[in-house]
Parts: sequence; structure tokens; C-alpha cells
Amino acid sequence: MATVTTEQVQARVVEALASFGPDESQITRDATFEALDIDSLDLVELAQIVEDEYGVILKGEDMKELVTVGDAVDLITQRASA
Amino acid sequence: MADGSSLAANGSALVTGASRGIGAAIARGLAQDGWRVGVNYRADGEAAAAVVASIEQDGGQAVALAGDVADPAAPGELFEALESQYGVPVLALVNNAGISRDDLAPSLGDAEWDAVLATDLTGAFRMTRRALKPMLRARSGRIVNISSVVGLRANPGQSNYAAAKAGLIAFTKTAAVEVARRGITINAVAPGWIETDMTVGVNTDLLDAVPARRAGTPDEVAACVRFLVSEAAGYVTGAVLSVDGGLAA
Repeated sequence: MATVTTEQVQARVVEALASFGPDESQITRDATFEALDIDSLDLVELAQIVEDEYGVILKGEDMKELVTVGDAVDLITQRASA
Repeated sequence: MADGSSLAANGSALVTGASRGIGAAIARGLAQDGWRVGVNYRADGEAAAAVVASIEQDGGQAVALAGDVADPAAPGELFEALESQYGVPVLALVNNAGISRDDLAPSLGDAEWDAVLATDLTGAFRMTRRALKPMLRARSGRIVNISSVVGLRANPGQSNYAAAKAGLIAFTKTAAVEVARRGITINAVAPGWIETDMTVGVNTDLLDAVPARRAGTPDEVAACVRFLVSEAAGYVTGAVLSVDGGLAA
């Protein structure tokens, strides 16, 4: 698999999260999922999008560790480049 | 517009175990409601082809899809085949495939227990899990799990089948609550004594207990499924609809 950049992953994650409700301008690296009102079902859906696009499988336990948008972007980038 | 039109216009429906009996009646009914239907079968391709032919004869669209829901690879294969056939997401799933291996609990074998749980409960779980992926994205979907009166009321000789069908009801309720805010409904239909190949040879004590004093028909079960899959049933989720002539009442 081709290496993906943090910027590419971030753009995709922001797009996906925005489709769940929060305004795109609020979705910064430091924003917490709690503050964005992103719930566990949203994260399951994000995991599916990530799996389809990058072949990265994120389990429920991986998602539980994620607090901020930046956490998710970094984990996905790291796994996709591994 | 016909009932269920928007869902049916944007997606297809997959019915497992649809080559005969209740499943075939459901497949025909959904086709009449405008759904493009995947007619899943495990062994009897000829019967599945006949169901497809009768749907097409009535002006509907359907395709026969081979696959054993007890096989962990089946959900992926079935969904991909149906998605590529019609180029739309599967927005309705009816988990109807089921088997029974009757014996009294003291002598019930591990193989009979495992086989029934694998098809009737685990198979429905895996199909549902796969179905929810496109439904979550689409913010809409309908899943109907065909349980049984035996999941609600004892029938000696069917403890494995009863455990699987009761498990299916519990699974239905919890999964329904998890995805309710995404416009997806998950319900169970619990048929009683329905005249099919599957009830041949089953302990008829149960039939004597039916308040309606008759067996039901596959079309009477299909009518309930058609309602739950329709647009009109959008606020019904996590429910168990008994179709049993009053047997579970």
C-alpha cells in the first residue's frame, strides 16, 4: 500500500466527521470527540470509512483510546504506513 | 407512490433461505412492493430459480444467490454479489434462513446444538453486521429477523432451536437500540405453526394449542415482514411481532 500523509488522512477524517454533524470549522486536531458530540456509533462508522479507504482495521478497543481528532489522525496514519 | 417506495427505489433487499417456505413468500412479497430481491439459498438452486422466475413473471426483479449463512465468508460474498447485481446498497435484510435438529435436551448432541446455533443465530448476527455497514452510511435500512414462537414459549424437543430463536430476539432488541438514531430499524417476527416443509414431523402438540385452531401460511408471515420493511414502519424498532394465531399470547 502507498504511504499516506498525515494531511491526507486528516482531510478525510474531517470530511467524515463533518458528515456526522459538527461544523467543519470546529473539527481541529485538538478538538475532542466529546466536545464535537461524536459518539461511539460515529466512531464505528469512521472506522469503517478508514478500513474501506486505507485498509486499516480499527477495533472498538482502538477507538476507545482516542480522545481528540489528532489522536485518530495519527493512529490511522501510523497504521496505514506500517 | 407505492408503500416502501423510497427505500425500495434506492436499494435492494436480501432474503436468506428464500428458496422455499416462508423465505420464498417473503421474497415474492418484497418484489411485489418494488424491491429488487436477492433470493439466497443454500442447497436447492432449482427451487431458488423457480422463485426468481415467478417474481420475474409478475414483473419484478430478483436474482438467486447461493451461500450458507453458517459460513463466515457468506455475508461478504452475498452482499457483494447483490450490490454488484443492481448497483445499489442493500437496504433491507431478512434473516430467514434456519434449520432445526430436534431432540430432547438429555440426549441432544453437541453437533445438533452447534449446527442450529451456527445457522439460526450466529448466521443472522454476521449477516446483520455486514448489512449495517451500508445502512449506517445511507442513514436508513430495515432488518427483520425471523424468530419463532418457540423463542417465546416452550416446545419439547426443540431446546436448541428455542435457544437460537430466543437469542435472536435479544440480539434484535439490543442491535435495534444501537442503530436507532441512524434511521435503521431492526425487528423480529415470531411465526407460530406455519405450514412448510420445516414443520413436517415436528411435535404436533403445539398445533393443538393454537387458539386460532389452524396453521398459518407463509404469506401471512410475509405480510408482517412486508410491513416492517416498509416506509410506514419507520418508528417500529426492537419489536417482536408474533404471527401465531394467538399461540404466544
